[in-house]
Amino acid sequence: MRNAPAPNHNGGFYQRDRAWHPPAFTPNYKTSVLRSPKHALLSLNNTLSEMTGPVFGHAMLGELDNDLIRNYATTGDAIGPRIIVHGRVLDEDGRPVPGALLEYWQANAGGRYRHKKESYLAAIDPNFGGCGRSITDEEGRYWFRTIKPGAYPWPNGVNDWRPAHIHFSIFGHAFAQRLITQMYFEGDPMIWQCPIVMGIPDKAAVAQLVAALDREATIPMDTLAYKFDIVLRGRRSTMFENRMEGN
Amino acid sequence: MVQSLSRLKESPSQTAGPYVHIGTTPNFIGINHVYAQDLGLAPCPAAAKGQRIIITGQVFDGSGAVLRDALLELWQADADGLYPGRGEHRGAADPNFPGWFRQPVDGVSGIYRFETIKPGAVPFIDGRKMAPHVTLWIVARGINIGLHTRMYFPDEAAANEADPIFTRFELRARLATLVAARDGEEDGVPVYRFDIHLQGDKETIFFDI
Ligand SMILES: [Fe+2]
Repeated sequence: MRNAPAPNHNGGFYQRDRAWHPPAFTPNYKTSVLRSPKHALLSLNNTLSEMTGPVFGHAMLGELDNDLIRNYATTGDAIGPRIIVHGRVLDEDGRPVPGALLEYWQANAGGRYRHKKESYLAAIDPNFGGCGRSITDEEGRYWFRTIKPGAYPWPNGVNDWRPAHIHFSIFGHAFAQRLITQMYFEGDPMIWQCPIVMGIPDKAAVAQLVAALDREATIPMDTLAYKFDIVLRGRRSTMFENRMEGN
Repeated sequence: MVQSLSRLKESPSQTAGPYVHIGTTPNFIGINHVYAQDLGLAPCPAAAKGQRIIITGQVFDGSGAVLRDALLELWQADADGLYPGRGEHRGAADPNFPGWFRQPVDGVSGIYRFETIKPGAVPFIDGRKMAPHVTLWIVARGINIGLHTRMYFPDEAAANEADPIFTRFELRARLATLVAARDGEEDGVPVYRFDIHLQGDKETIFFDI
């Protein structure tokens, strides 16, 4: 093969390390028992059906989409500790993923979701909807402003509580990178007592979901900040391609 | 000692949980002031080329109960077998076809419903044609990592037989789980019924892609 041009990273995606993710069946998280496939997953080399993915343009974003303190508010700011969450979306080779759509949702400062199935007695905040979205810039960066969500009880064991968390849905550049995860907060002792978190086998993998308090990104006298980087699957480069080009 | 490859690890998945709608389809659950419309929820634009179809079904757990809190995403090629968005290098797809749709199942019946067009065939890695199919991704409370599957068409028997997945002998007994059932039509639009079984005798084939 010629020694040029430079390899481009448009091959198949690195195989997902299933031991790093929670397995489907995590019996301490009871709902997983009947919702976990029992057969082995069918391994499939990436085809165009997985190596392609939808594009979301910055034009679809509203001005307040990344400001949960204001984007639902009518009579004043949402109540709670004001925080900025920021970070980068990277791939497994450390390259930024620009143009990634992030959707995030969370409970209010009291731990209450705005959802008809929610039954926790904590008060609804009339000025807090609980959702927002961003698209990463050329360097893979995103940021949003919100209030720190509260912990909440949930029906699993009779006394199980979720640590404070923010849910994230991420679209990278291909459907193979599609991911939903949750962000936790540095220093929260409840992380290590949560059946959903503890479904992740490796403590280092859990740590990857814990956002760091980032004093340098705070706004003095205004808003604390947490840094949360997200890593999507990397992809093989085509240094020596042994399959038909164009397919 | 050895040099470090210094790669990062993919962020581990966590369940979408019961409140996934808040972040993904807020208008669907009555959070109406934030986004003008829910992303991916609109039916396929009328201007898209191709045979219009409806894909509908339910998601079942291992006890046979219907999930009422699942969210499905659909990703497919256009009528000519070209993908919109990123990663398609064979040509430009139909500009009126988004390729990606998202639907929460109904909160009571658990039924999901996509109004789209029938995709064209897309080549496999080795150049053989794959049979026309759509990719589905399922998330819900109790699903720790999103499940990928494919739906193939019952009226494409010959193409299905030749599809590289369908020729994998070890799957013979379960391949039917990937093929929708034709379920009549609505106003002349063919309806395909595709139920997804997370577990049990009829467990759907899910992919590690
Ligand atoms: Fe939650």
